[in-house]
Amino acid sequence: MNRHLLSIADLSKEEAISLLDTAAELARVTETPVKKLPTLRGRTIVNLFFEDSTRTRISFEAAAKRLSADVINFSVKGSSLSKGESLKDTALTLQAMGADGVVIRHPASGAAHRLASQKWMSGSVINAGDGTHEHPTQALLDAFTIRENLKERSGDLMGLNVAIVGDVLHSRVARSNVLLLQKLGAKVTLIAPPTLLPVAVNSWGCNVKYDFDSDLNSFDVVMMLRVQRERMEDAFFPSEREYARRYGLNAARLAQLNSRCIVMHPGPMNRGLEISADSADSDKSVIVDQVKNGVAVRMAALYLLLGGE
Amino acid sequence: MSRNFLLKNLKDPSGRPLELAIANSRFMTVKDAAPDSEIIDGNGLTAIPGLVDLHTHLREPGKEDAETVLSGSRAAVAGGFTAISAMPNTNPIADTAGVVEQVFRLGISHGICDVFPIGAVTLGQQGKILSEMGAMHSSEAKVRIFSDDGHCVWDSLVMRRALEYVKAFDGVIAQHAEDPRLTHGSQMNEGEVSAALGLKGWPAAAEESIIARDLLLNEHVGSRLHICHLTTAGGVELIRWAKNRGIQVTAEVTPHHLLLTDDLARSYDPVYKVNPPLRTERDVMALREGVADGTIDVIATDHAPHPAEDKDCEWAAAAFGIIGLETALSVSYKALVESGLMKLEDLVERMSGAPARIGRYEGHGSLAIGNEANFTLVDTAANWRVETLEIRSKSKNSPYLGLELPVKVRRTYLRGKEVFSQ
Repeated sequence: MNRHLLSIADLSKEEAISLLDTAAELARVTETPVKKLPTLRGRTIVNLFFEDSTRTRISFEAAAKRLSADVINFSVKGSSLSKGESLKDTALTLQAMGADGVVIRHPASGAAHRLASQKWMSGSVINAGDGTHEHPTQALLDAFTIRENLKERSGDLMGLNVAIVGDVLHSRVARSNVLLLQKLGAKVTLIAPPTLLPVAVNSWGCNVKYDFDSDLNSFDVVMMLRVQRERMEDAFFPSEREYARRYGLNAARLAQLNSRCIVMHPGPMNRGLEISADSADSDKSVIVDQVKNGVAVRMAALYLLLGGE
Repeated sequence: MSRNFLLKNLKDPSGRPLELAIANSRFMTVKDAAPDSEIIDGNGLTAIPGLVDLHTHLREPGKEDAETVLSGSRAAVAGGFTAISAMPNTNPIADTAGVVEQVFRLGISHGICDVFPIGAVTLGQQGKILSEMGAMHSSEAKVRIFSDDGHCVWDSLVMRRALEYVKAFDGVIAQHAEDPRLTHGSQMNEGEVSAALGLKGWPAAAEESIIARDLLLNEHVGSRLHICHLTTAGGVELIRWAKNRGIQVTAEVTPHHLLLTDDLARSYDPVYKVNPPLRTERDVMALREGVADGTIDVIATDHAPHPAEDKDCEWAAAAFGIIGLETALSVSYKALVESGLMKLEDLVERMSGAPARIGRYEGHGSLAIGNEANFTLVDTAANWRVETLEIRSKSKNSPYLGLELPVKVRRTYLRGKEVFSQ
């Protein structure tokens, strides 16, 4: 495995599966009374968050602590574009403090790449979400969750039909998932209003649909994306009501899904907008599993990136 | 001031043997050369008229850490330019006679190359109220080119009036074609690469729709319209269409848009972040064709210096711009002459003759007898590597660092005075 985890594109299929297998083993540890391994004892991992994301940060923090690493949380207020400390100076600071690994969440696409490719610091970089580019550990935990539920907990995702629904254009979760799901052999269908798809989406090798009602029973997985309410101000869609009606997962659509289909959402959810409460809380929903699996998958990523030395 | 001298053993841009006699700062025939002329060996170099840049950001006044008139002039002559055009997006903005005269006088006092200020079309480049273009024209700087470069004159009525107004003094409006509503927050060309990188896209249509509108406006009012830094295949087609239709328009392209594509953004290295953005291979090929067939009149650098900290950061936080004065001839030669599309003499026309005519820069753009002796000697056989330490511009934001390029500028002369040699 590479020294950094910046993009799903950098992982081979074998590496991705091996990471999921490692996560499965580590998940067992978290089910024992003493949820801790000594693997990363003495190593320092910094959670460098330029965006508020409590759920992702605590997931990484729990993962690192269960591997006995020392964890430093470094939150930088305001966006990178405000005149605060530059990414470079922050990186130099972390280098001086001896960080072995940096988990970075940043509003600018490519920020994790910059951190890894410049000679500002020498530690491993894990991308915990960069702008509208990628969120690789989210895709890995999603793949893990799908595998747990539909694939006997092993191997790839060959033959599965996955729908990703909503604001694909602005979603780092969607970009990472498209890459990983296809790598693992799943068939991906993107369902969104045309305004919320990249103009060059046909280069992604996915099916693209504008209609959420046809062939609903053909999907094994329906993954809903968070939609930001502000989007309508830029004329991406007319109103929340129309969005919910055309692209929300409501009770009527839920009823049309096939019996083994699972419903996913990366959180945080806008209940009533992209997903109705009864869908989020139904027995098809694996949303809480996703959160739980996040810790195991992030443990695996930290272990494989930092543990081998 | 200038010596009288006779340069022997030269070639002209088409490769024929050439001797140049210079007396009283002007070219004269060899047989009329002054008897006291010093004889200088040209070492077989190629003599070309001094290059003329219609699009230079010199950053003075206001951002002297990035560039000054002095450092920009030094970079210019090292790149073979004897005339450059200072864009008005300084601080204060060059929207009054006072500012353009200040920049003009700095150029004169340095005496390295001619600096022709471009005036802002609108007050503060805000796109609302016309700046006092007449006063800038009547000033010592004799401004003829007006541009809100960096911003588009996007209000159709203001653009129409600007085109009409400058007819009174043979002015030209140089448009930065970019519909601001379609490019708010945009980071790079909108296409396959932006989709993969999650960087906000900049559609070709944002550029082309303004070009199309301005062509139609100018067909109606019959002024002089110049389109800055064309980047798209569609833009080339529009200009070609307009010229066939008899609409008065000239167009420019930058060297970087003739060589580089948006694929380079995959590195997330902001040295490739530029406004307008790098486009696709197809666009690059169409732009080259456009220069070769004369649809595009001019190659202009859009030399845009930025201090290190404005590029040593994440993509979205970085400034737009690429420096280009010192590499323009080499990069254009690589894109157009080495590729077999053009001859050197035609390239020189795009980089010297045509821009001098558009700007009405008398004394530039030609080796003709009687003309001011503004010229450059280049070695077309030499290759060189672009190195940070060699760059004379105060800023080093060049995408060509480490790259091997053809054609080396050896000497540059302004009115017979040697202003650069290597």
